[in-house]
Amino acid sequence: MDSSGAHVKDDLIDTRHGCILYIEEVTVSFDGFKALNDLNLFVDDGELLCIIGPNGAGKTTMMDVVTGKTRPDEGTVFFGQNLDLTQMTEFEISHAGIGRKFQKPTVFLNHTVFENLELALHTNKGIWQSLTKTLNGKQREIIEEGLETIGLKNQKNLRAGLLSHGQKQWLEIGMLLAQDPRLLLIDEPVAGMTHQETEHTAELLKSLAGKHSVVVVEHEMDFIRSIANRVLVLHEGHVLAEGKMEEVQNNPKVIEVYLGS
Amino acid sequence: MIKQIIKLHSLKGWLFTFSLLGIAIILLPLLNIFAPENSFLHIPDYMFSLFGKYLCYALVALAIDLIWGYTGVLSLGHGVFFSLGGYAMGMYLMRSIGKEGVYKSELPDFMIFLDWKELPWYWWGFDSFIFTFFVILIMPGLFAFIFGYFAFKSRIKGVYFAIITQAMTYALMLLFFRNNTGFGGNNGLTDFKKILGYSLQEPSTKMSLYILTAIVLFIFYVVARFVVQSKFGRVLTAIRDSENRVMFSGYNTLNYKLAIWTISAFICGIAGALYVPQVGIVNPSEMQPSNSIEMAIWVAVGGRGTLSGALVGAGLVNGAKSWFTVAAPDYWLYFLGILFIVVTLFFPKGFVGIFSRLRIKRKGNQNG
Ligand SMILES: Nc1ncnc2c1ncn2[C@@H]1O[C@H](COP(=O)(O)OP(=O)(O)OP(=O)(O)O)[C@@H](O)[C@H]1O
Ligand SMILES: [Mg+2]
Repeated sequence: MDSSGAHVKDDLIDTRHGCILYIEEVTVSFDGFKALNDLNLFVDDGELLCIIGPNGAGKTTMMDVVTGKTRPDEGTVFFGQNLDLTQMTEFEISHAGIGRKFQKPTVFLNHTVFENLELALHTNKGIWQSLTKTLNGKQREIIEEGLETIGLKNQKNLRAGLLSHGQKQWLEIGMLLAQDPRLLLIDEPVAGMTHQETEHTAELLKSLAGKHSVVVVEHEMDFIRSIANRVLVLHEGHVLAEGKMEEVQNNPKVIEVYLGS
Repeated sequence: MIKQIIKLHSLKGWLFTFSLLGIAIILLPLLNIFAPENSFLHIPDYMFSLFGKYLCYALVALAIDLIWGYTGVLSLGHGVFFSLGGYAMGMYLMRSIGKEGVYKSELPDFMIFLDWKELPWYWWGFDSFIFTFFVILIMPGLFAFIFGYFAFKSRIKGVYFAIITQAMTYALMLLFFRNNTGFGGNNGLTDFKKILGYSLQEPSTKMSLYILTAIVLFIFYVVARFVVQSKFGRVLTAIRDSENRVMFSGYNTLNYKLAIWTISAFICGIAGALYVPQVGIVNPSEMQPSNSIEMAIWVAVGGRGTLSGALVGAGLVNGAKSWFTVAAPDYWLYFLGILFIVVTLFFPKGFVGIFSRLRIKRKGNQNG
């Protein structure tokens, strides 16, 4: 088996129509309140899509629906044309090739940086394997490379709980990369980062597009501007506008929503 | 694999572990046999059943540490698995009494008392030790597996899980209390005479059971170390700290929790089976909800998530209990309650945590 973890299930995901994620007519209500309201959203294979929108627009809920954390009341969610995500569990969805970074950085605080990456690493995640297998040279190499990419080489034996907020964000991104997913859903990656860290993150995300499909949710407009190709505005659980950054910014409906909030 | 096992401890750590084992299974028995009766070094016979009992408790604490300390799933129902193992052993011991009971019958005394004419089907096979042995290995784990499957599948967590384990142990206690259930009602199973043909009154039998318990504890300690030091163990602690992240990293956390839960129950059942011949009785009070809570307290007091803490905690709390039951029996529960509160509030890492903190401090002082 190719333990480097190149997309094992690639051929299982049917992207012949150029789309990797299909969210169609999805509605999610919490006690009658519709967090997502007839949402239609498509992600092209290999693109970097940015999603903006005021607080409570449903951005995080959208990611919850895609990753199986929340089940839609109505509508369909497909990964490629063939995988019905609403019928899959969280870990199956992860196996199929969707990785997610949470809004609040979620790393394993009591594990070292290295162990965090080890746990995320794309490999057989069954019980028996975990119990008996140790890392091989190739896998160590991948982890070391990952440490390099996220700039935490010197902190690799540090408990993740001791990292700064920005470093935790990066670690989580590093974990995503170690998982080697087809599609990355990244919720507010630069919150709590310094200007320099933000720039670095922008570079990183841009370099991912093409090989991976990336969906980024962010409030930080300068950051969006520096990476965005296609931008989508979510409002009240619905797509309000989409297009290039300038188009979206000059859209009267968008201006109204943002000024109104 | 062998290499992995050797690497579990540093050389010093292994020396320490083996010294403890050596003291337990060689030195203490030697002191019993060779030290003169009146010397303070002499260990009297009766002590070995007591030590054996403590070692069984330590094994329980080890099992609970795996599921609670490492995986973050608080069980307040381990008394059930302990009892299932204990009852299985008890049934074998009852059958070994043969016709030496009060009523000189083929059937256990309590059945005669209930006017039962023949052995119920679920007692079949317990005259065989081999059969009993497999029941001990399988029943507690199987029961835990089924219970855990439904609980974890419905994603019951935290306090809710703890509460249903309490309900489980309470329900089983009531069931076993009934005479008609066929396990001796509230008297339970007792008056055992022999195990594998050896008299349970003999000091040598007691000593052998004690040594066996020490060896079993040692083996499971190494197994548990192996488990928590493998990637499997790192996944468990990760589940404890952030189960969502683990799921989204592609792990089927249901399977992981179910596996460690079942292993934990398995170990606990074996502890129960070793316990019963050494104390000479098993009855439904082992399944009292408070009993399971006490087991969790051992681990909390010793320190969660270290394994050694669990062992120390079981020893400390039960040592204190033995003292209290003699000196001030009425105050034991108050003491236990206060101890638990103090530990939770001020020493979340338990007894072992206090020590490692002191050690770090000392190191710091040396360096500075
Ligand atoms: N589990 C839940 N139960 C009840 N309401 C919820 C739940 N999750 C989200 N909501 C509500 O759904 C709406 C959408 O929330 P969501 O987190 O998706 O917004 P968001 O666009 O990510 O906002 P932000 O920019 O603040 O992160 C909010 O009004 C929120 O209060
Ligand atoms: Mg959000």
